[in-house]
Amino acid sequence: MSATAETAIENTHSDEHHGPAKGIARWLFTTNHKDIGSMYLWFSFIMFLLGGCMALTIRAELFQPGLQLIEPEFFNQMTTLHGLIMVFGAVMPAFVGLANWMIPLMVGAPDMALPRMNNWSFWILPFAFSLLVSTLFMEGGAPNFGWTFYAPLSTTYAPDTVTYFIFGVHMMGISSIMGAINVIATILNMRAPGMTLMKMPLFVWTWLITAFLLIAVMPVLAGVVTMMLMDVHFGTSFFNAAGGGDPVLFQHIFWFFGHPEVYIMILPAFGVVSQIIPTFSRKPLFGYHSMVYAVGSIAILSFIVWAHHMFTVGMPLFGELFFMYATMLIAVPTGVKVFNWIATMFRGSLTFETPMLFSIAFVVLFTIGGFSGLMLAIAPSDFQYHDTYFVVAHFHYVLVPGAIFGIFAAVYYWLPKWCGRMYSEALGKWHFWLSFVGMNLAFFPMHFLGLAGMPRRIPDYALQFADFNQISTVGAFMFGSTQLLFLYLVIKAIRSGEPATDQVWESAEGLEWTIPSPAPYHTFSTPPEVK
Amino acid sequence: MRARLLHWALILLLPAIHAADVSAEYGLNMPRGVTDVSHSVYDLHMTIFWICVAIGVVVFGVMFYSIFKHRKSKGAVAAQFHESTTVEVLWTIVPVIILVAMAWPATKTLIEMYDTADSEVDIKVTGYQWKWRYEYLGTGVDFFSNLSTPKDEIYNAKEKNENYLLEVDNELVVPINKKIRFLITANDVIHSWWVPDFAVKKDAIPGFINESWTRINEPGIYRGQCTELCGKDHGFMPIVVRAVEEDEYQSWIIAKQEEAKAEAALAKLTFTLEEQMVRGEEVYNTNCAACHQANGAGIPPAFPALKASAIALGPVDKHIEVVVNGVAGSAMQAYGGQLSDVDMAAVITYERNAWGNDTGDNVSAKDIVEFKKK
Ligand code: HEC
Ligand SMILES: [Cu+2]
Repeated sequence: MSATAETAIENTHSDEHHGPAKGIARWLFTTNHKDIGSMYLWFSFIMFLLGGCMALTIRAELFQPGLQLIEPEFFNQMTTLHGLIMVFGAVMPAFVGLANWMIPLMVGAPDMALPRMNNWSFWILPFAFSLLVSTLFMEGGAPNFGWTFYAPLSTTYAPDTVTYFIFGVHMMGISSIMGAINVIATILNMRAPGMTLMKMPLFVWTWLITAFLLIAVMPVLAGVVTMMLMDVHFGTSFFNAAGGGDPVLFQHIFWFFGHPEVYIMILPAFGVVSQIIPTFSRKPLFGYHSMVYAVGSIAILSFIVWAHHMFTVGMPLFGELFFMYATMLIAVPTGVKVFNWIATMFRGSLTFETPMLFSIAFVVLFTIGGFSGLMLAIAPSDFQYHDTYFVVAHFHYVLVPGAIFGIFAAVYYWLPKWCGRMYSEALGKWHFWLSFVGMNLAFFPMHFLGLAGMPRRIPDYALQFADFNQISTVGAFMFGSTQLLFLYLVIKAIRSGEPATDQVWESAEGLEWTIPSPAPYHTFSTPPEVK
Repeated sequence: MRARLLHWALILLLPAIHAADVSAEYGLNMPRGVTDVSHSVYDLHMTIFWICVAIGVVVFGVMFYSIFKHRKSKGAVAAQFHESTTVEVLWTIVPVIILVAMAWPATKTLIEMYDTADSEVDIKVTGYQWKWRYEYLGTGVDFFSNLSTPKDEIYNAKEKNENYLLEVDNELVVPINKKIRFLITANDVIHSWWVPDFAVKKDAIPGFINESWTRINEPGIYRGQCTELCGKDHGFMPIVVRAVEEDEYQSWIIAKQEEAKAEAALAKLTFTLEEQMVRGEEVYNTNCAACHQANGAGIPPAFPALKASAIALGPVDKHIEVVVNGVAGSAMQAYGGQLSDVDMAAVITYERNAWGNDTGDNVSAKDIVEFKKK
């Protein structure tokens, strides 16, 4: 950009200086945080539908005892891909999309700090997932060893496509790390004058901490898949007991990544509801400082609890106790957050627009997931819960009404700012209630199934599990088909929604509401002043 | 019809009622089990459950109170408070106290579960793709336990029986009121041995031996499953334990030892091809069909076909070698230590003469013994 152009911008108001390029080039070469944010969000929605279809295949097979639709080998490929796609393809990119759109708008920055890298970190993803999904059509079938890919099932005993899986994971990891670097660089360097760290909106705070988690653990994931690659192709024996290796080492490394990973998927959702609840309660967030400290402590604790996923591997008693206590401790800062949200609602002036409905459901249902998490932390009881449907219920409660409801809430909350049009509140409420009922029907019975003894990842089950599985399948189809309604209502809003005001929500606060709706292609070219 | 409706209504209401009698029918809750440890675990589970319910009632109570009372539509005006050090400290400290109270009994139970000393019966449990092997240390009793549910039930061609998928050909028989120690390991991938009624779940890991123990209070049949994803038939490797009085256990051990002797004696006899085929088919269906399929077609490329395969039609020695020693680094296990020489001979003979593999070879137990000597 030349010097004259720059002065021109200042004179004519930054918004109009140039619009997006035309056609496909706009999307391929864009460095605009809003374009990239939108691409991330659409990509993650496509992955959400794809992973959802896989989930429905699983649920359809489990509708009745006996094998009806698919064979066990294919069932295992479905569970594996469903998990990988939902974690790495749906939830994580959705949050990166939200970060791209909102962090610059919330801190008053003109764009992300490293826009070209931003483009690259998005465009890696379609390739990574095409590679992963293409294994379904290869000889030997897709990876079938679960999204946790425990060795040696994923090494010595894996289908040949494991190599594609490893490269796919590497690409996703690179994308995430670049995204995280970008978030940190933006937040630390590009805040508007006057916006001190302790004035940042909570969404920005939670993302800052999430980004550090990502940088810390994605390389660990890359390390573990590289060790697998060596075992599979280069004759090493990291995880092969026959060669002097240790299969349990795999699990330690995997969960050292995997546990912070679950917080990577939930912390930004904490941020989202911390924005939304005050708005619709018309009351400032209760305990802003303790919220920030709570997120920080959760992030730190998340590094020392990984082996609670491995209580049954035969750790020494001392290790078992350590990980049990550390895990129980996480309940404290998590509790603080829940209490603060409720204290924010208390004596507020509440209204229940769709973002608020999803946020309230988030608080209630995430807390239920937290309760089952607390139960799982008790090592002796975990021997009974581990690797049963109780665990499946637990992590779907924290991920579906946790992470995914958080994403829905964010989309409803900010969509009017993005496209300048309101969504239909009536359709939004339908989407909420159908999702809410469907999701509870799908996942609540899983608690009972697990307690009654149904292991996870089985394609067929004993007769006493039939009734709850049937309910669960009905709920899953209800939840799944409801998401088409969401697609419809978003498209309808973008095309023909009522025009939104700049403020959008009566008592929303923050820089993003000071700019016009829709947000112009370039915003905050001159930084705003934050008092 | 009304019964059916009632049945559905009940299921939907279950979370609310959670009554003990209903839970028996539908399996709502964790079983209390039949050992002292499983009782402690159950008590821990219920304690933490009720603590969660209590916290939930308070927290959600306040929330729903706000939702109903503090609505804008009811004219609620928002207060502007946003901090209170006292409250915040309080709701940090109180959970810590609750957690410490919970950690105490949990630690006690865990220490008890880890105390495997002074066992009276030692059983080595080995996970294989996809069956369990039980070796009673010091008695010579050693056998495999395979799923016995017929394929027809799994593929819905026949009515499913009451113990569908939770039944095996050879049960693990153990005495009650004795401390039984399990030494748990695996031959190929990781499995996990779980019997809910004993609150015993331990991963079976190749190259490692994990320990666990139980002391069963009541005779009975207890069922469990493998709980670590271990490949295609992970859902089809159940565990069935029959707990009996001490004297019954002793006579069972003796009967097993006799059986093994009789089996060994068979190795000295010779069989006609027809006899071999009958025995071979049985051995094949329990041990090999999971991968190579009953019709010998396999599931390529993961599991090769044996029908018209070069090895099944080629030199006998090579065929024996593959089955006895397995193929390192693949799912093909070394069956030399798993099958008796008679069964080994029968299954190889079967593979060489079934599905149109008409070699006419009749491999005898002596051939196997010879091969193993080499
Ligand atoms: C867990 C799965 C599994 C089971 C059970 C199994 N096999 Fe195999 N088998 C394999 C695999 C995989 C191979 C291919 C090994 C290789 O060459 O890499 C194989 C190869 C073979 C071959 C060589 C075939 C060829 O043409 O290369 C024979 C013969 C054979 N198995 C016999 C048996 C017999 C007899 C049994 C039962 C006692 C049995 N298998 C049980 C997985 C299995
Ligand atoms: Cu298993």
